[in-house]
Amino acid sequence: MKVKQFEPRLVGFLCNWCSYTGADLAGTARMSYAPNIRIIRVMCSGRVDPQFVLKAFHEGADGVLISGCHPGDCHYQEGNHKALRRHRLLSRVLGQFGIEKERFRLEWVSASEGVKFQQVCNDFAGKIRALGPLNFAGNGVAPHD
Amino acid sequence: MTRKITIDPITRLEGHGKIEIFLNDEGNVERAILQVPELRGFEQFAVGRPVEEMPRITPRICGVCPTAHHMAATKAADAVFHVEPTATARKIRELIYNSFFMEDHTLHFFFLGGPDFVVGPQAPAAERNILGVIGKVGLEIGGKVIHIRESVREIMSYLCGKAIHPVSGLPGGVAKGLDEEHRVRFLETAKEAVEFAEFALQIFDDVVLKNKAYVDVVVGDAYKIKTYYMGMVNAKNQVEFYDGDLRVVDPDGKEFAKFKPSDYLDHIAEHVETWTYVKFPFLKKVGWKGFVEGNDSGVYRVAPLARLNAAESMQTPRAQKHYDRMYTTLGGKPVHNTLAFHWARLIEALQAAERMVELLEDAGITGTDLRNIPTQTPTEGVGIVEAPRGVLIHHYKTDEKGLITAANLIVATIGNAAAINMSIEKAAKAFIKGGEISEGLLNMAEIAFRPYDPCHGCGTHAWPGGIPLTMNIYNRSGILIRQLRR
Amino acid sequence: MTNPKPKVAFYWCSSCGGCEESIVDLGADILKVVAAVDIVFWPVALDFKKKDVEAMPDKSIAVTFINGGIRMSEQEEMAHLLRRKSQIIIAHGACAHLGGIPGLANFWNKETIFRTVYGTTVSTDNPKGLSPQTKSIEGGYELTLPEFWDTVHPLDRVIDVDYYLPGCAPHRDLIMSAVMAILEGKLPPKGSVLAPNKSCCDNCDRNETKPEKLSIKEVKRPYEVLLDPKTCFLAQGVICMGPATRGGCGERCIEGNMPCRGCMGPTDQVYDQGAKFLSLFASILDATEEKDVERIVDSIVDPAGTFYRFSLPSSILTRKKMEAVK
Repeated sequence: MKVKQFEPRLVGFLCNWCSYTGADLAGTARMSYAPNIRIIRVMCSGRVDPQFVLKAFHEGADGVLISGCHPGDCHYQEGNHKALRRHRLLSRVLGQFGIEKERFRLEWVSASEGVKFQQVCNDFAGKIRALGPLNFAGNGVAPHD
Repeated sequence: MTRKITIDPITRLEGHGKIEIFLNDEGNVERAILQVPELRGFEQFAVGRPVEEMPRITPRICGVCPTAHHMAATKAADAVFHVEPTATARKIRELIYNSFFMEDHTLHFFFLGGPDFVVGPQAPAAERNILGVIGKVGLEIGGKVIHIRESVREIMSYLCGKAIHPVSGLPGGVAKGLDEEHRVRFLETAKEAVEFAEFALQIFDDVVLKNKAYVDVVVGDAYKIKTYYMGMVNAKNQVEFYDGDLRVVDPDGKEFAKFKPSDYLDHIAEHVETWTYVKFPFLKKVGWKGFVEGNDSGVYRVAPLARLNAAESMQTPRAQKHYDRMYTTLGGKPVHNTLAFHWARLIEALQAAERMVELLEDAGITGTDLRNIPTQTPTEGVGIVEAPRGVLIHHYKTDEKGLITAANLIVATIGNAAAINMSIEKAAKAFIKGGEISEGLLNMAEIAFRPYDPCHGCGTHAWPGGIPLTMNIYNRSGILIRQLRR
Repeated sequence: MTNPKPKVAFYWCSSCGGCEESIVDLGADILKVVAAVDIVFWPVALDFKKKDVEAMPDKSIAVTFINGGIRMSEQEEMAHLLRRKSQIIIAHGACAHLGGIPGLANFWNKETIFRTVYGTTVSTDNPKGLSPQTKSIEGGYELTLPEFWDTVHPLDRVIDVDYYLPGCAPHRDLIMSAVMAILEGKLPPKGSVLAPNKSCCDNCDRNETKPEKLSIKEVKRPYEVLLDPKTCFLAQGVICMGPATRGGCGERCIEGNMPCRGCMGPTDQVYDQGAKFLSLFASILDATEEKDVERIVDSIVDPAGTFYRFSLPSSILTRKKMEAVK
């Protein structure tokens, strides 16, 4: 009986103007990339509330990606700058909760960077596969622990 | 023949407690044990926290004496950063602290300890509370009690933001100062506080000292244990609450040790048992010999009576007069009678009030230099104050950023943990004989440990008051055969 | 025939006693309360037996105020018992509402806490390595203690809670409003927090001193700078949780010239107070280049312990991952 290899469950918040379009490009160009990622489209990477990231991890995500426009290109001027600061600060906090920083990733992918999107997904899936499942809520969280 | 008596719960400690009393075959008490069934783990979750936040975290150890933890933590933070508070900040801290002491102590007397005497230990439980006290001494006086508590707490909330869980202590000083308008107003309150503290002592005199039956209870053997005593003193060996050295006297009253706060580890260690969540501090140089009295046992006591025993005098004149009177009345120093804690408590309240007046009469207290900004790398520090309920020790080690790497807390009431067990056992042995159990036992148990005013004692138990005791009496087969409750 | 007075009960779980003290701080007003209700259960003051509560008919207590978080087996049992016997349960104070400061223990677990408290603390003398046991033998008799769980929970993770009275400890005005609402039968919809749905900033004296665009160049810890008693703390670079914290507390900490630490919990629309504050604080940091962002974020010490000071157990993640606790 073949042992089932762990396949990471990844959640990706992609900004509408750049990254989501870039991901679409990868799709329409039939680039094959790791199917582990579940994509959620947001208008801007700055829209990603840290609560979304925490909920993803709590509900079973092994890795969370935020992808937005390159600095200077944000459709809303500064949204991605805020996303960068939030990502760095939230990574510190996640570390205090025992979640490795490799599991929470921020990338800049433009509308024409289908290849980059493919590389990011494959790389992310590979790294989390090696790290193993997070299973955050598995032990000790509910009452009667 | 009954074998085990359970008194469950008693409620004078953090949350809950229960007493188990074991009888031997003759029906006499073999052992009495007080179990504390709670732990939260502050010493662990302090790790990783910034040391300057500890004055805002540690008050949540106790909502009745948060100011004590706030002050110990602030002083420990001073020590960690190798910084002293400014002269003005020190005066403000002392004003906050003495205000707190006065209010906390008088509250205990009127809401808790006092009712036993004012209304009478034989009175029905329903009357042994502040309402009963008001009934006996009059509504006007009841109003005075509530008023003085509010006015003194106003000083605390003004300077610290909140009376429950103060905020303004920082390493090197305090965040908020006192202006002239408030100094004048609070000075009036302080003077009222002195009068009120004298008044409370007068009530104690009228109700207890002039009543032979009560005096007999006070000096009786059932409520007497001979232990070492530890208390904070100033350079003149006078009782001191905020800052000083620790002095220990032996059961005969001789000085046994005197040390600086930073040397506490040479003198104090904590013993662990499997049947309770609290630890038992004891004198290292004598050693832990069990729950026994005497010069050979490392058990010591803290809090009002212990402080007065360990010092040579009070700091202020009116309090000194009462100190002299107490020792003359009770036959010299040291006094081992546990019920004298009530008397010593009121004498301390008076000193605290007198100190409030002294501090507020000092024009320098309105100074604007409130903070010395720390410049040195934080490392490690000890902050000790006297909480109303005993010596309170906060000891922090930090990394170079001032984040806690280890914390050690020895919390006031715990200094009496062993003694409380011993007092209960001694009283139980005095009153339970030959398997005979009576209602008097319930009263006896309360009287044995209420004088210690264990943390949670004050104010939170205002109303129908009296410890809710339930005593379950089981026979040898473990079947409940009798139940006494109050 | 007069209506019987409503039965009221108070209970404490993993509590410091500050919430009981907040009742005493009602001062003379407490006489009004005591006259209007029948206090049937208050372990600190009344003859309490678990058996008495068990014997009460279900739902016979009109309102029970429970303070303290749930972190031991006995507390959990009592919470369930009181839920059965009460029509309304009010989570009283920050610990019952959010988990409170003792909730910081959720960065650890029972093993690490016991190892420190009964082992490695510098004054502990325990050569036999003893620690409290749920059952132990002393003098030939068995003694029992409740169990210490790994995780602290706010009350509503354990029982159904009807209302929340926030604060550490709740302001007397909030308590009196809640009590009057009960007596007059004017409680808001079930699940409400009994305090205004506005942030502290809304009422704060220093709100007007916020610049048009708050932008923090350097984060300052409260001990590092002289704190201006009139200016918004965030404008001074000092972390203040006010924007992410519910008001109604009287902003007493600000009056004490110290920044807010979030004891009232978040407003209605927020699930996770710490995350919300993180979002705000990160957005007002003045840094764009990656290296500047790294520098300023690195200067923030203990972000999780600060942003979740009172609310860790009620947060989305609840606790540090068990396997990661050492």
